[in-house]
Parts: sequence; structure tokens; C-alpha cells
Amino acid sequence: MSSLGFEQFPDYQVPGVSHADFSPYESNGGSIVAIAGEDFVVIAADTRLSSGYNIHTRTQSKLFPLSNKTVLASTGCWCDTLSLTGLMKVRMQSYEHTHLKTMTTDAVAQMLSITMYNRRFFPYYVSNILAGIDKDGKGVVFSYDPIGHCERATYRAGGTAGSLLQPVLDNQIGYKNMNLNGEEPPVLTKERAVAVASDTFISAAERDIYTGDSVLINIITADGIETKELQLRQD
Amino acid sequence: MFRNQYDGDVSVWSPQGRLHQVEYAMEAVKQGTATVGLKGRDAVVLVALGKSSELSVAMRKIIPIDEHLGIAIAGITADARVLSRFLHSSCLGYRYNYNNVYPVERLMTNLGNKMQCTTQRYDRRPYGVGLLVAGYDQKGPNLYQVMPSAVNYNCKAQSIGSRSQGARTYLERNLESFLECSNDELICHGILAIKNSQPIDKLSGEQEKAAASSNITVAIVGKDQPFKMLSEEQVEQYTKMTNDMGAAAQPQPPINPDDDDDDEDGRPPGALIEPEDGGAAEPQVGFALMEH
Repeated sequence: MSSLGFEQFPDYQVPGVSHADFSPYESNGGSIVAIAGEDFVVIAADTRLSSGYNIHTRTQSKLFPLSNKTVLASTGCWCDTLSLTGLMKVRMQSYEHTHLKTMTTDAVAQMLSITMYNRRFFPYYVSNILAGIDKDGKGVVFSYDPIGHCERATYRAGGTAGSLLQPVLDNQIGYKNMNLNGEEPPVLTKERAVAVASDTFISAAERDIYTGDSVLINIITADGIETKELQLRQD
Repeated sequence: MFRNQYDGDVSVWSPQGRLHQVEYAMEAVKQGTATVGLKGRDAVVLVALGKSSELSVAMRKIIPIDEHLGIAIAGITADARVLSRFLHSSCLGYRYNYNNVYPVERLMTNLGNKMQCTTQRYDRRPYGVGLLVAGYDQKGPNLYQVMPSAVNYNCKAQSIGSRSQGARTYLERNLESFLECSNDELICHGILAIKNSQPIDKLSGEQEKAAASSNITVAIVGKDQPFKMLSEEQVEQYTKMTNDMGAAAQPQPPINPDDDDDDEDGRPPGALIEPEDGGAAEPQVGFALMEH
């Protein structure tokens, strides 16, 4: 669809002239999930990059560690993802040089929101989820819309299969609208968070054509970042 | 140095073809405490002496700039801060654009160009700080001496700041051995060089006592070694190691008029230093060779 306004005017059929529509955006697909626990956070992303019905690569990580306790998962338009994460890295390094300390996860969350809103009128076409350990040692997840609206949450799914994954998380992690017979839901353990994240991706790969190949899972604790990989359907 | 009629402005030449304001700026470097830099085969070490007292925390003498580069400063700290910000943003910009580390030689050229502007405009003044820049890139280890005159020297080893002559003498004596040194030995040489810049405590005759009252900061960068400042415990360990290395420390000779340090009234008042290289009042000792 052309955004240059040509559609308002009658189209004079000039022989030999063809008008090509250019869209600056392209969806390269992929899904991301993040689940926060008491003192850890699990963030996962599939590794497929696609364009329409074609696959660019099956082995591209969408997880960007910004520090040893903050990871950004970014999906959508891959060029915007690279540009945005590159900018974030540079600004974090500047911060470290000036303030002689690493940025806290909350500070990174705010800065990401501002950075994205700066492009309010030509947005980064990305679906971001930021996960990390905050200054109190708790796991925290921030989710974003393309213009930087930031929301703190315990769990979040995003990307092309976001609407398939989010209800699963609501049920398995949030225990939403379930009849628990008055019992308190069990405290979330790291193993359960990883298991739920893995299962949601396996389900997403069944129905979403843009999600598949493999999942990279980062488990962030105060001791650092641990990585796991899980194979998915390749179709 | 005494005032003469050609030293009012940085844009005024003296009849001898010197810029006195630039030379006066070089004196500012001697106000800072001693710093030492030395280069091995695969690493560069920076050692700096900071005067700490009960009332204040010692000044930051070594500033990391990037993973492959760091500086040691002597002189006006505020000017050093501005230069370190310039170096940092240059390195960061280069990384963002080229996904690679800024080659040290080129960065020094750009820094030199920036500093030269201040020596040629009437409305600016030279930066009153000397830097020892330690960096590791594709060309290997680099050590540069940056002075307010905007002249940069590529050095094998160098020392700047007050009472740096003793350190320079030590470095000169041991220069040949640096290429064969391990990183640990290099650090020990650096610490010993700094200790050699300290005057002997006349009462006890021990240099160790004088050195203990000021604190030493050490940093190293090299192959497979990102720029790292050593912790206090590590510095203590290396200081102990230097004691085991033997009495390589020579007692500091009494200050004589030929010395370029001017803080002990060693020079008769009114004497002008005649530099051999023109424009720079600080004589460059022979071993600080320029590499092509």
C-alpha cells in the first residue's frame, strides 16, 4: 500500500510506466516468551527468520544480552531489531563510562521506552520483551509495543505466535480464572518456568508457520545467564 | 622559567621560534603525580602513583576508555576528563559503525589533531594534561605519550608527572628485558619503576616506606586481556612479588640541576631550558623511540 498519497488522485494510465509500492517494513517472524520468578527470570525466543513463505535462516538468535543480568528479546522487522539493540548497547556503554556502574534493569526498561518513543512517527516495527534481575534481586519482565509503551509483568508472550502463547501462560503461570479450591498456587520454580516456556513453543510451532526450528532459552539469575536450546518442528 | 614579552598569548611566536604558552602548558603535567607505562611483547602495563591522605580519596589516575584501551593521566584532571570523554565517544562510535575496535594509531592521530587546534587559536588554551595511552589492537601492543603540545610519541616505555626521572632511569636500564617478560613480570617492573621515582626517606633510608604512604594503581591490556584495572589485593600481591624480585630498585640520586624535575629548587632561578627538538620543554630521553 502506498503511503505517498497517490491513491487520492485518478490514475492516468501512461503506457510503459509502472508504479512500484515501497513499504519500509517487513515482518521476519518469530516468537518470544518471558517468565519471571522470585529470584530468576526465563526468557526464550525461537531461531527462525523468515520473509513471506521463505526462510532466511533457522539459526538466528533473537536474544540480546545487554548486561549480565538483563536480556532483550526482539522480534518483528529484523533490521529494526538490529538497529534498536545496537543503539541500546551503545547507550548502555556510555552510561557505564560516565557512572562507573552497570545500568539496572529498571533503568534499561525506561531507556528502551524513551528510545522507542523517539521514533513515534516512524516506529521501530519490533515486539520487545525485556527480562532481567532488578536491584532487589527479583526477576522482572517488561513488555513493549512498537512505540515504547512499557508494562511491567510477571510473564509475557510476543511475536507472531504471541496470541497463541499468551493464553497458555495465563493458564499455567497466572492460574487465571481457575478453580483452585481456595488453595494458594505453588511458588514458581525455575524448572517449571523452563518447562512451560518450552511447551508453549512446541505448541506454537504446531500452528504458527513463522515459529519453529529451535528455541533458545536464557535463564537469568544473580549468578549470570545460563543458555539452553531445544529443537522444534522444522516445517 | 621567567615571564618574557612573548608568552602572553598562545598565538605569539618568540624570536627563537618557540611557543612559550605551550611550554608552560607542559609544566602542568609535572604538577601531577608520577605515572609509568611500559610495553611487552603482548601486553601494555600502566602504573600510577596517587597521593592519598586521611582527608581525601586519591584521584583517579587511570581511566579505562574501551576494552582495548585505557589512559593514565598527569596534570589538570578536568582537562583529562574532557579528553577521556572524547576518546570514549570516538571508540564507541567506531564500534557502532564498524563493529571493531578503534585502531590506536589512528585514534592518537585524531586526538593530536584535536589538541593541536588549541595551540593555534588565540581564544583557546592547550589541554594541561599529559596522557599515557595503553592500547592493544591488530598491530599489537601500543603505548603513546600525549602531551599538551599535541605531540604524540609512540613509546616502548615512558614515565610522566612529577619526579618521573627516576622511573625513566629504571625503565631505560631494563628496557631490553621487557620483550621477554611475562605479564606478571611486566607489572612488577612497572611497580618497581614507580617506586624508583620516590625520594628516599632520609631518616629510614627505605624507599618502601615512602611508597606506602601513596597508593599505586595498576592496569594492564594485551592479547586476550581486555583493559583491566587491578584490585587493591592484586596490587599488593604484585608489590610483594617485586620485593622477591630482588633489589633492582636503585636509590634515587640527589636532585641535580640537569634534572628536568623542577620541584626541588634544583635549578638556579632564571635558567632557561634549551630544548633540542624545538617547541617542547621536556627533553625526550633516548629510549622513548618513535616506531616508524
